[in-house]
Amino acid sequence: MIIDLTQMQPGEIGAIVEIHGGQGMIKRLQSMGIRPGKKIAKVSSHFWRGPQTVEIGNMQVTVGFGMAKRILVEVKR
Amino acid sequence: MKIEKILLAGNPNVGKSAIFSRLTGAKVMISNYPGTTVEFTQGNMKLGDENVMIIDVPGTYTLEPTCKAEDVACRMVKEGGLVINIIDATNLERNLYLTLELLEKDIPVIVALNMWDDTKHRGIHIDIKKLEEQLGVPVVSTCCLTGEGIKELINRLPEAKALKATVYSDGQKWERIGRIIEEVQRLTHRHHTLLEILEDLSIKPLTGLPIALGVIYCAFWIVRFIGENLIGYIFQPLFTRLWLPLMMKLSVLLREGTFLHHIVIGNLIDGKIDFGQSFGILTTGLFLPIAMILPYIFSFYLILGVLEDLGYLPRLAVLADNLMHHLGLHGYAIIPFILGLGCNVPGALATRVLEERREKFIAATLMAIAIPCMAQIAMIVGIVGQRGGKYVAIVFGTLFFLLIIKGLILNKILKGVSPEILVEIPPYRMPQATAVIKKLWMRLSGFLREALPFVLLGVFFVNILYALKVIDFFTYIFSPILTNLWGLPQEAIGALIVGFLRKDVAVGMLGLLNLTTKQLVIGSTILAVYFPCIATFVVLIRELGVKDMLKATLIMVVVALSVGTMLNLFLS
Repeated sequence: MIIDLTQMQPGEIGAIVEIHGGQGMIKRLQSMGIRPGKKIAKVSSHFWRGPQTVEIGNMQVTVGFGMAKRILVEVKR
Repeated sequence: MKIEKILLAGNPNVGKSAIFSRLTGAKVMISNYPGTTVEFTQGNMKLGDENVMIIDVPGTYTLEPTCKAEDVACRMVKEGGLVINIIDATNLERNLYLTLELLEKDIPVIVALNMWDDTKHRGIHIDIKKLEEQLGVPVVSTCCLTGEGIKELINRLPEAKALKATVYSDGQKWERIGRIIEEVQRLTHRHHTLLEILEDLSIKPLTGLPIALGVIYCAFWIVRFIGENLIGYIFQPLFTRLWLPLMMKLSVLLREGTFLHHIVIGNLIDGKIDFGQSFGILTTGLFLPIAMILPYIFSFYLILGVLEDLGYLPRLAVLADNLMHHLGLHGYAIIPFILGLGCNVPGALATRVLEERREKFIAATLMAIAIPCMAQIAMIVGIVGQRGGKYVAIVFGTLFFLLIIKGLILNKILKGVSPEILVEIPPYRMPQATAVIKKLWMRLSGFLREALPFVLLGVFFVNILYALKVIDFFTYIFSPILTNLWGLPQEAIGALIVGFLRKDVAVGMLGLLNLTTKQLVIGSTILAVYFPCIATFVVLIRELGVKDMLKATLIMVVVALSVGTMLNLFLS
């Protein structure tokens, strides 16, 4: 099942399928290690369309809500 | 090959500055959050008989910059030199992207696998030999906390190679990184440590927000506790018991009424020196920075240093993200604000971590208006605090209210939207006592070196102003604003003039004027908002450009006029 990053539950694990967005945003995310094919785990999400924190590789990254909306993730549900 | 210049390049928060400090012995700011270094730092190292220049470059994820700090980094790399590419060994995959980019350039590269000690308890095994084969340049494991591997790194510098590799597309680079990782890295399972559990708790909103409130409350409580006690038990007694008798002798020697006496000792209050009121260079001029401000600077930077090294600040940034969006900023803009509480100058520099011009403008003006520096806070606590804690609360409450209102307004009227936060959250690391003390010492000596002369100059300036009657001229021009709008006596203009130089001295001057409590509250608030001190002003011009700074200045003047008037109307 493919959902966006904001829809993942804290603790849930998935794999990034696709990132929608401009070249600049994709490049920025990529250079931080957020790119299709990567395993990703949700750590937390803040209320009121707040930032989303994920664990990817060995690090945690916080991504703004709008950006997280555009990161599509495959999860098993 | 002769090495002339060495660049330390790498992703943010991988320990470039720590290695820099190891190599050069120079003292630099090292903290556990991305974006500590926003400007390059230069140092020297002896390599054989040669003196080599070493440059600590701000962290960057790629050679295509997304903010000013990264832009600085990319320009440095373009200028050439030998590059020590510093890699966080616990994050090999992400770090290798920049490495591959560097290998495409015509510059010699050597790789330092830093934080090597961390890989062990994180269950990461890296085969350095294989990594070296894959990359084609030397790879050395280092640990800058212990200094392990630094010698080997220096010894192998001549082996650094410029590969000038074929330029690959992003996709190809990531494919190659994937293959490298498979070849050289092995992960073993391990259990969560206590620090990691704390990491999770402090970033999840339900537990993180109460923790943040607790941390902030405790931080301020400790800052105040240490500051007050240092003043009460050490600095004040020192001044009254040791310095006062000396100054009294000097006063007799110089004879009251002479010009020199006026400058050096100041006015005698009931025939005695009053360190708060005499306003001579050697009396108030020394007492103010050392006995009233330094203790608070000490306690503030002690606590800040611990929080920085622990890695707490980025988590606070994430928690504040929602609120900050309403002010036209994202959460990470809290870093310039927090640093600004210490001193507005590093705060203004830290706005470089922000991506866009609009964001930088908002962050810088908000900070200049609503974030008083520790020197000013200490003086407000010291002087307004004499009338009661309630009034100190009114001053800071007004400033906080201004921060929010001004942010809301700027966010509405400035074109554009606030960009979104995208930041790496570093793992918690136990702050090391030596590192914290070293950093504290750097900041304290920075204050003594840079602020103390300005305070003395400020006090000197006050005396000259009065002696030459320059003040009378300004009083004549500005008295309608002062008296009619703000309800302050004409003499308060002196404080406003000196405030351009040093805000702390200016607050001290308010203490001389026999103001009512209401006037004192209004005066201190206006001093905080009407204009940044000259040091901050100069940095802001450089960071924002003249045009934006003029806009910012206009906003400050308008805010000062209206806030002063409002307080005058509503306070009783």
